[in-house]
Amino acid sequence: MFEIVAFYLFAFLTIGMFSLTVFTNNVLYALCSLAAGMIFISSFFFLLNADFLGVVQIVVYTGAVMALYAFGMMFFDSMAEIKEKVSNPRLAFVLSGMVALIIVIMFAAPIIGENAQTGLYPIHPEYGNVQDIGLVLFTKYLIPFEVAAVMLLVAMIGGIILAGKKMDVCYSEMTESEIEAYEKSLETPKDTK
Amino acid sequence: MSLNEYLILSTIIFSIGLIGVIRRKNLLMLFFATEIMLNAVNIGLVAISKFHGDLTGQMFAFFIVAVAASEVAIGLGLLILLFKRKNNINLDSIQSMKG
Repeated sequence: MFEIVAFYLFAFLTIGMFSLTVFTNNVLYALCSLAAGMIFISSFFFLLNADFLGVVQIVVYTGAVMALYAFGMMFFDSMAEIKEKVSNPRLAFVLSGMVALIIVIMFAAPIIGENAQTGLYPIHPEYGNVQDIGLVLFTKYLIPFEVAAVMLLVAMIGGIILAGKKMDVCYSEMTESEIEAYEKSLETPKDTK
Repeated sequence: MSLNEYLILSTIIFSIGLIGVIRRKNLLMLFFATEIMLNAVNIGLVAISKFHGDLTGQMFAFFIVAVAASEVAIGLGLLILLFKRKNNINLDSIQSMKG
């Protein structure tokens, strides 16, 4: 009973939050509702006895990813209106058809999955979820785990190099006249606008 | 609760993300929609893991989280670079070849 109530409550909340993210025009609202939706999704993981993933969901998504988006938004003029017109209705039609096809396949997938191989790494209820995941992750999935670690390192270095260009000037340590002179020297050689 | 409810929920959230990817022209919103789709797949994987009594689904969900985190780091770096060059984050402003 409790599980059913919790499932439907969080299902409607999640769908509402994500619809808000997709259909709003304000980036700030989208960011906040996306963070809320991520927390609501972690509740499904707790309902499904995947405690470790639930904690990872909260820590990584709402802690790291949302904070990264919030910091990234400081670099943009994110409140600017962006014209969103569909210039090619035929393309939209084809894409919608493909979405319908994907939904049919997703609904049909459990039928194929009936005779899928089960019990590859069975769950041990006496261990607890975190220990169970640790046992499988550090034995059978050790190499993917290491590759994921290297991938995160590469992503970190890539992010620093991509975003860190031309960050050697600090506006907060310059006087007003120095900033104006610097911006004029930037504007004259190139016109990218 | 059976597996079907979770898979239907996963499908609905995935469709919301797909609608976002198709109709948005704001690149930041496009990233948000991608995150929604990745999360929808995670719900499906964990549900199958529970109802089949198999940990593989949770392993894959874990690696999807790692992929999503690195995607955000690289994507935001590229987005900042694009904003410095074009001065907006409209998807149509990237298109420079006419064809």
